[in-house]
Amino acid sequence: MAIDAATVRRVAKLARIAEPEERLEPLARELSAIISFIEQLDEVNTDGVEPMTSAVHVTLPMREDVVADGGDAERVLLNAPKSDQGFFVVPKVVE
Amino acid sequence: MSDLTKLTLKGAIDGLKAKSFSAVEVAKAHLDAIAAANPAINAYIQTTPDQALAMAKASDERIAKGEAGPLEGAAIGIKDLFCTKGVQSAAASNILRGFKPPYESTVTSQLWRDGAVMLGKLNMDEFAMGSSNESSAFGPVVNPWRAKDSSQNLTPGGSSGGSAAAVAADLCLAATATDTGGSIRQPAAFTGTVGIKPTYGRCSRFGIVAFASSLDQAGPIGKTVEDTALMLRSMSGHDPKDSTSLPVEVPDFAAFVGKSVKGLKIGVPGDYRIEGMPEEIARLWDQGIEWLKAAGCEIKSIRLPHTKYALPAYYIIAPAEASSNLARYDGMRFGLREEGGNLTEVYENTRAKGFGPEVKRRILIGTYVLSAGYYDAYYLKALKVRRRIADDFEAAFKEVDAILTPTAPSAAFPLGQRNDDPIAMYLNDVFTVTTNLAGLPGLSLPAGTSQTGLPLGLQLIGKPLDEGTLFSLAGAMEQAAGVSAKPAKWW
Amino acid sequence: MSERPPYRIQGRTGEWEVVLGLEVHAQVASKAKLFSAAGTGFGAAPNDHVSLVDAGFPGMLPVINRFCVEQAVKTGLGLKAKINHRSIFDRKNYFYPDLPQGYQISQFKDPIVGEGELIVHHDDGTSFTVGIERLHLEQDAGKSIHDMDPNATYVDLNRSGVALMEIVSRPDMRSPDEAAAYVKTLRQLVRYMGTCDGDMEKGNLRADVNVSVRKPGAELGTRCEIKNVNSLRFIQQAIVYEAHRQIEVIEDGGKIVQETRLFDAGKGETRSMRSKEEAHDYRYFPDPDLLPLVLDPVWVKQIQATLPELPEQKLARMQSQYGLSAYDAAVLVGDVARADFFEEAAKGRDAKLVANWVLNDLSGKMGADGLEFEASPVSAADIGALVGLITDGTISGKIAREVFERMWAGEGAPAAIVEKHGLVQVTDTGALEAAIDEIMAANPDKVESAKEKPQAIGWFVGQVMKATGGKANPGAVNQILKAKLGL
Repeated sequence: MAIDAATVRRVAKLARIAEPEERLEPLARELSAIISFIEQLDEVNTDGVEPMTSAVHVTLPMREDVVADGGDAERVLLNAPKSDQGFFVVPKVVE
Repeated sequence: MSDLTKLTLKGAIDGLKAKSFSAVEVAKAHLDAIAAANPAINAYIQTTPDQALAMAKASDERIAKGEAGPLEGAAIGIKDLFCTKGVQSAAASNILRGFKPPYESTVTSQLWRDGAVMLGKLNMDEFAMGSSNESSAFGPVVNPWRAKDSSQNLTPGGSSGGSAAAVAADLCLAATATDTGGSIRQPAAFTGTVGIKPTYGRCSRFGIVAFASSLDQAGPIGKTVEDTALMLRSMSGHDPKDSTSLPVEVPDFAAFVGKSVKGLKIGVPGDYRIEGMPEEIARLWDQGIEWLKAAGCEIKSIRLPHTKYALPAYYIIAPAEASSNLARYDGMRFGLREEGGNLTEVYENTRAKGFGPEVKRRILIGTYVLSAGYYDAYYLKALKVRRRIADDFEAAFKEVDAILTPTAPSAAFPLGQRNDDPIAMYLNDVFTVTTNLAGLPGLSLPAGTSQTGLPLGLQLIGKPLDEGTLFSLAGAMEQAAGVSAKPAKWW
Repeated sequence: MSERPPYRIQGRTGEWEVVLGLEVHAQVASKAKLFSAAGTGFGAAPNDHVSLVDAGFPGMLPVINRFCVEQAVKTGLGLKAKINHRSIFDRKNYFYPDLPQGYQISQFKDPIVGEGELIVHHDDGTSFTVGIERLHLEQDAGKSIHDMDPNATYVDLNRSGVALMEIVSRPDMRSPDEAAAYVKTLRQLVRYMGTCDGDMEKGNLRADVNVSVRKPGAELGTRCEIKNVNSLRFIQQAIVYEAHRQIEVIEDGGKIVQETRLFDAGKGETRSMRSKEEAHDYRYFPDPDLLPLVLDPVWVKQIQATLPELPEQKLARMQSQYGLSAYDAAVLVGDVARADFFEEAAKGRDAKLVANWVLNDLSGKMGADGLEFEASPVSAADIGALVGLITDGTISGKIAREVFERMWAGEGAPAAIVEKHGLVQVTDTGALEAAIDEIMAANPDKVESAKEKPQAIGWFVGQVMKATGGKANPGAVNQILKAKLGL
């Protein structure tokens, strides 16, 4: 399925990446080429095939309910572009 | 004193133990070599000389006290994808430029535990997305190899191009790398080095910047098979901080090197003889078969019928996971923040400016294939094809002990040559990506040179957790190939 | 099952029925978070209970907390639900500053708990059943604070990664009362099992309410989801407002748009949350950092074996074992501490009488002083002893009230109080006969009228009580009077 500029705009919005209007068409062509490449998969019969989400055959390991982390807000905020009074400071969120 | 950078990892460790030279001398020799070479090769994003010398000094003290670890004093390079405490770990991306993690990856902390010395952070494709090292925000890495009678700059391959180039140019004794679709093995093949992507779950992913979590796996690049075996042993091991880490013992991989391979059954998949395969690659492959035959292996023809679908499946699964893994780079808690008129604009501007074109392309593809209405057609379909590919291998491994294939469909190509055609670039991984999908170990070793004198690699694929057999086979082939050529120094 | 009249809203075009389904988020009562080892305690300094996993740092990976899994299974068993021995964690992708990873780890297609049910009781003893669609585990998000700076939002990630059980009901409720009663019953259940503390004030239990309206018996209408309502009263207010809003829209010829709305408790209104609407494509997919959660059947059996008696079972037992009314049993069971107190006090005593004392006198005092049963100043043993004194005739019910007041005041055990203040009931027939003879002799007219009108006997009882300072045994007084008056 070919991807058009409107789809690129929608997907870029979902992915929160600003793409200038003039990039939409070229991107649509690039992405369409990739999509038609991956559409080769349609040739494979996958009826009744269990999807494979992991190459690991063990089951999910579990951790005990012990507090052994946290208590260091400074470390958490160390790389923050902006912080104040122990909080991350981010652009105003309008609900 | 001879040039310490010419040593193999094994040679250096032995020499250090014998006190023939000191770890500080080894570190200094490498730092000097990097200073001289890096402007041309750009393998390192940064060196960490103070840290290197302090670690080397501590190594010398431990050696003096007879407390040397298995890698004591070994000067190594670390791919920028590994988080190293207090040292910029940017995944070669502008969005993480300046990011100094307050933590250490499990793999690197195990290397330091065993005495290794960090020289610096190695260049790579941005977020490990690429096959030519040209997507790095810190500029492309240049392959130390050049074609005969040519001064054209070639790609070292990717994404671990910095790791491979540094090892090939003697800018470290060995390097860490990661492999999501071939990012250890293809650069190893392009630079005449040895690289192994172990079984998925062998090395902890904790502290490694994620690209595609179900495919990412760390591994080493080294000058010899034995060197990579030594590195892998320190890098491996169960980690309770990674839910996909395998709770298994780590064997002494180096002990497998030199073991007889007589009687091992080697599969040769006809499905890898893709259309348009260059003659020299086919010949190399045949040569590898002959070596193994001569070593007493039994060669069997096998089928891996879904091979051609591995790349398309990979280019759904990897971008899908990446689109989600890279959502955390949003300018809120670390890394780049690019201002804007409102929250959405800040997100969009930050990510537009922070990510390079290839990363953005993959995020868009990944977002698209997961979006409402397309999930089943693309993502779910790819997961099913992934199962069929894994099933192919499972069936094959009922009959053979390992599989031999070429590593890459060509030798190193000129920088800039395939930048305009993403799919042509993706085809670099056609032989390597299958093992990532199936979670199997794959090793690439130099096996010959192209007509233009560039290194070419062969790949050995093993059963899950059977890296040992790969090391034995690779050791035998390494001996037979007798490849010890190094790039002629032009830098 | 409900014997109550159906709830209807009168519109311009006729009567409307409200259809309600709830998604309750119950915070798992764990010490550490669902996928990290940071703590969950309330009231910490900002970003203090935050690990680098919770803050979504590069290369950080989730590892699941076994205790949280156990609580989800336990709650599922309490809801008589199907436990799924294999469940999957998915990523729900969206951008929000208090969602550090850019996705929430949740369970989408394959939750840990499948279908179940909850029998819900109203205060009047009537009950109805709500179908449970599923229960799944997921991470909470952090907290955005909008009023610290006019131009910026402040983010605290202390809640980020805290384990939540999302319990999704079927749209089986038809009135604000039913919705509130459902949440109350569910809250009681999780508190009984200890899987969630149920503290709605702290947001540890909160509900998303799905509201739609229809003409009675018609097809289901389009629903709106009211997010994060955190008190029973607000749930009811939000439903009433939202139902009326929807009816008005439809009756004005409009259509209901499926959307997420916010309840403004100050104004008592719901309003559209447009910011959450725009990116409504969550791109769920299995989290590749985690593997399928496989439950060992032996472990599930062990969890089943450790389940406490659940409210529903306790309710039935209270009625059969102690002969209590459905209403009394329900009130007792409403608070596990009160139920335990009752059972302790009722050991070897007249249970109905004990229930009366616990539910009326003691509960009254406790309520007035805002005390919980865990902190009762009067022990269960003493309430039992007090009832014992009544049933063995030592004191009358009336005296017992006085004794109880003194117990509440901290004067000690009831027997000691009775002893100290000489409150023992007079059952000595000789003494009573003497007192009665004296009264009869002094009031011959009353004796005559009582012989004709036996009801007048009450006057004599009162006089005897007065004469004995309330200590006369009313039963004995009656008997003697009847004999002497020849009734």
